[in-house]
Amino acid sequence: MNILVLLKMVPDVVEELEVAGDGKSLDTSFLRTIINERDDHALEQAILLKERHGGKVTVVALDAPDIDDTLFATMAKGADRAVKITDAPEGMTTQMAAKLCGQVVAGLLPADLVLTGVQALDDLDGLSAALVAQQLNFPYIGVVTAVTAGGPTATVLKEFAGGVRGEFAVTLPAVLGVQAAEKPPRYVPVAKVRAVMKTNKIETVSAPGDAGAAQIEVRQLAKPVVSSHAEMLEGSPEEAAGKLVELLAQRGLL
Amino acid sequence: MASNIWVLAETWRGQVTETTLELLTLGREVAGQSGSQLEAVLLGDKSLAASLGAADNVLCAANVEPTPEAVAAALAQLVKERQPQAVLVPWTNLSMDAGALAAAQLNVPFVNGCKDLKSDAGTLVAQCVVYGGKLEAAVSATTASTLFGVLPGSRSAASPGNAPTVTDVAVTLPEAKVKFTKYLEPEAGGVDITQQDVLIAVGRGIQTQDNMELANDLAAALGGAVCGSRPVIDQGWLPLSCQVGKSGMQVKPKLYIMLGISGAPEHIEGIKGAQVVVAVNTDAAAPVFNASHYGINADLFEVVPALTEAVKAKKG
Ligand SMILES: Cc1cc2nc3c(=O)[nH]c(=O)nc-3n(C[C@H](O)[C@H](O)[C@H](O)COP(=O)(O)OP(=O)(O)OC[C@H]3O[C@@H](n4cnc5c(N)ncnc54)[C@H](O)[C@@H]3O)c2cc1C
Ligand SMILES: Nc1ncnc2c1ncn2[C@@H]1O[C@H](COP(=O)(O)O)[C@@H](O)[C@H]1O
Repeated sequence: MNILVLLKMVPDVVEELEVAGDGKSLDTSFLRTIINERDDHALEQAILLKERHGGKVTVVALDAPDIDDTLFATMAKGADRAVKITDAPEGMTTQMAAKLCGQVVAGLLPADLVLTGVQALDDLDGLSAALVAQQLNFPYIGVVTAVTAGGPTATVLKEFAGGVRGEFAVTLPAVLGVQAAEKPPRYVPVAKVRAVMKTNKIETVSAPGDAGAAQIEVRQLAKPVVSSHAEMLEGSPEEAAGKLVELLAQRGLL
Repeated sequence: MASNIWVLAETWRGQVTETTLELLTLGREVAGQSGSQLEAVLLGDKSLAASLGAADNVLCAANVEPTPEAVAAALAQLVKERQPQAVLVPWTNLSMDAGALAAAQLNVPFVNGCKDLKSDAGTLVAQCVVYGGKLEAAVSATTASTLFGVLPGSRSAASPGNAPTVTDVAVTLPEAKVKFTKYLEPEAGGVDITQQDVLIAVGRGIQTQDNMELANDLAAALGGAVCGSRPVIDQGWLPLSCQVGKSGMQVKPKLYIMLGISGAPEHIEGIKGAQVVVAVNTDAAAPVFNASHYGINADLFEVVPALTEAVKAKKG
């Protein structure tokens, strides 16, 4: 199977996020970015399929800070090729970025599957998987948690709510938005990534011309204005735990 | 008169979903602000129109398979023909892919993660939750008939009201390349977390499977069960049936204690029914503290053993 995987770098939300002076965008000066968590699952699902059926996994990503390390790590995990899209315009919306990615993906066909993360956590006008599917005229389904291939159709599980999943037969080639791989994404030791850096190369493609124009306008980006905030229990861990137990007892919860 | 506001009615195993009714409440507000009518788009069983009385009219197309492909094609066709001002789409696992595909076909944005939507001098502005709930963006679109993905819980559910008028509409569907085959039910057995009075919810902050013991001990002391956020389910440390949130369970315990959970909207939408919510997190800015009654900004590995001991001591 030939599988293309789209990867995106997103801010690590465990860190403090600051809004830039324009009040509309993220302050990127101290920003730490990581691979979008769902994309790690898309990659894992691709590698699992390759292990079962043979074939090639190609990873495609727009240039971003720290992207090279991420791309080398994908090759250390089992991707065969990594393609980086350079010279893209700044400040693209999801829709614009998806247009560029779709054009690059079209140039890398044929493929049986194009996998993306179901959603990125900075997305405001997506989802990229649907946008790419539309450009390629491939079928698409999202929130995927398992893929069984090996014929002209793939059997795909989509996660609904309440632990219920739906099984779908999807005609290949197709685009899937992956929520979770069948297994937790594999870990790769730093030493292996370093070794791959010496032997493998990241291919680069210049961004194709037409990303279109932005169709959304971000008027403001800000910390949420909240209607309520937790009452914080201060003190040492023991003191805070003690206070909580008293509160729970008062409320008849013990 | 301004063109109409639409809500994509979501149906799940023979019923209109709660989220659809919530979107009708929001849609009514928006329609009121722009002096337009509220219409629901029902793709499937016409008898369900009776639950959509909160709308002025229901556009009903029968025989649309519950696949993102079919729903998107039908919706996009209707939007092209009838040019609504905006379409509110449930931002749920069930409908997000259909909404995204319809927007792609229409070449309009799918503004998503909306918790609010209002008309500002004739332009619709959405308040969107981004970066796992750490920030919010006010977003407008430059296109007509923009699709907005609205988060569950944005409003209270609209009551069904009187039977609405129903307009039958015809759609032509493309050859199906995505076919629904069957549902897979959650595995029977194990704890039913929707029936528990006390839940200890574990997030990525727990770090390893061995550390799950800490949560188990606290749950045992409090007489409750352990559940988790997505990353813990992804790791296989808890079964899928113990996931809380958008793709998991809706829980309504008397006490919900979150350990090392950041408070992403996808998790929080599962705990709307919880009575007392407590969060333990090392990040003082974690959105989880905006969704809890009591918060402890500290390391769970220090707090949880102390808490378990204090509970045991109190209970005697
Ligand atoms: C379509 C879709 C559906 C989804 N459905 C769900 C769903 O149903 N349920 C769900 O939960 N998620 C769901 N998600 C994922 C969701 O977006 C978040 O990624 C997820 O909830 C994050 O889990 P978390 O809070 O455990 O991890 P993180 O966001 O990584 O947060 C970990 C937290 O632990 C804290 N921490 C770290 N160490 C410690 C310590 N020692 N002591 C105390 N605190 C510590 C950190 O400060 C951080 O806040 C869905 C996502 C998508 C795209
Ligand atoms: N700039 C990008 N480069 C590569 N892949 C992307 C990019 N933007 C989005 N994707 C892919 O599309 C998925 C969904 O992103 P989004 O549409 O932003 O929610 C991501 O998880 C990636 O797999």
